[in-house]
Amino acid sequence: MSRAPSPVLHLEQVYKSYGETTVLRGVDLKVFQGDAVFLIGPSGGGKSTLLRCINFLEYPDAGTITALGEKLCSQNRTHFEIAPEKTLRHARARMPMVFQQFNLFSHQTVLENVMEGLITVKKIPRLEAMTLARTALDRVHMLQKQNNYPDQLSGGQKQRVAIARALAMDPPVILFDEPTSALDPELVSGVQAIIQDLSAQGLTLLVVTHDPAFVQSTAHTVCFCGDGYILESGTVNDIYGNPRNERVRKFVQSSGIQRV
Amino acid sequence: MSVFWSEAQEYFPFLLVGAKVTLELSLISMLGGMVLGFLAAIGRLSERRFIRWPLEVYVEIWRDTPLIVQLLLIYFSLPEFGIVLSGFWAGVLGLTLNLSAYLSEVYRAAIMAVDPGQRAAAISLGMSPFQEYRRLIMPQAFVACLPTQGGYFIALLKDCSLVSFISVNELLRHATIVISNTFDSMNIYLMVAVIYFCMSFASARCVGWLERTLTPERRKTVGVKPIMSELAEEDNTL
Repeated sequence: MSRAPSPVLHLEQVYKSYGETTVLRGVDLKVFQGDAVFLIGPSGGGKSTLLRCINFLEYPDAGTITALGEKLCSQNRTHFEIAPEKTLRHARARMPMVFQQFNLFSHQTVLENVMEGLITVKKIPRLEAMTLARTALDRVHMLQKQNNYPDQLSGGQKQRVAIARALAMDPPVILFDEPTSALDPELVSGVQAIIQDLSAQGLTLLVVTHDPAFVQSTAHTVCFCGDGYILESGTVNDIYGNPRNERVRKFVQSSGIQRV
Repeated sequence: MSVFWSEAQEYFPFLLVGAKVTLELSLISMLGGMVLGFLAAIGRLSERRFIRWPLEVYVEIWRDTPLIVQLLLIYFSLPEFGIVLSGFWAGVLGLTLNLSAYLSEVYRAAIMAVDPGQRAAAISLGMSPFQEYRRLIMPQAFVACLPTQGGYFIALLKDCSLVSFISVNELLRHATIVISNTFDSMNIYLMVAVIYFCMSFASARCVGWLERTLTPERRKTVGVKPIMSELAEEDNTL
């Protein structure tokens, strides 16, 4: 009898609202080691909020989140408790996020951007941090721009630096919030290829995207977010080929991609 | 004009002694005002009302009363409570508190103007609020409000002349002393104006230099904004 592996990320009945608007209405999600989970769905369906709740850029209102073996928040019948800030920070450093708008530190060079988390958060000595940062930059083919400032880079280059910044932390999981939505069409494939590589190298990825082609090329698991729930999840073939949920079917048809 | 030069030779050194006191007053008050102003700014951005509210009162009190009244109150009223300050230190205290109220608003605006996306990125790397301030917010906000701070320093330098009212021997008071001997107000005040101008102008240059030194990314890109298509061409790895 083999025991099922425990998930790297486990969400149970996560709720989040902003004032009167409820964005998440009880989300359950399991992400396993090495998985590439893609969150798709209509705008306003709660995809980005879900991602931001996982690393506590936004605080959920209820539910249990376990990430990388640590309980970040827990819910029993009457009581909702969020782990201390220190636990949250430790978890964030092991599942950094890549943003739609890159969000590189504009007062630092490319190399300094990638070194920042290593020095400030992981307390790695400067020289060693520099070596690690260069390795990360090399993995995204941006080493030649190490001494440039972010405003001297194109969107695709900025996003690759942002990926290197996350990658340098040597995290088991990376969160991507619409990583290619702000890019020119010609720059999209380069960034997507890098994310695909990371998945192939065994990193666990959780990706929010609006790009069906990206989902089909890279996802292991697809989750459809709508109305604050995960309405359906499955393989690419399940979701794009034979969706059970009526809303998912409509969404997939309108996105213009048929069964692969 | 020959009267001007002969008087200048005789009284300029004496005026410069006063100018030195003016500089000391303004430098110490500027440092004090920056520290207090920064703390007040952070406090006013706090989520806790019991920190925010008293600081709002503090800022309003020091902004909404005239500096000269504040200086007179500090110099003449504090001794009633057993706190006796020399004119110089009473001046420093008054100028510091007054300036901190103005600077706190400058800093608050600059901190709020830091890109929320970059702050989210710092947090998502696992930084603590203190690390976020030290590594991201302060370097960006401080540089962003350098020109404004420079303006406040120049204003302060000239406001120091008010301290002559509480018998501090700074530049303007030295000038008054000279005039009470020579009765030549025009030439002496002209010298005072020249000295104030030189000090203010030099300060403005220093701030400009600081700004250029602390913003390497802007220094490199001004006027040579890279063209995206060129960058994309140059990069074959895409």
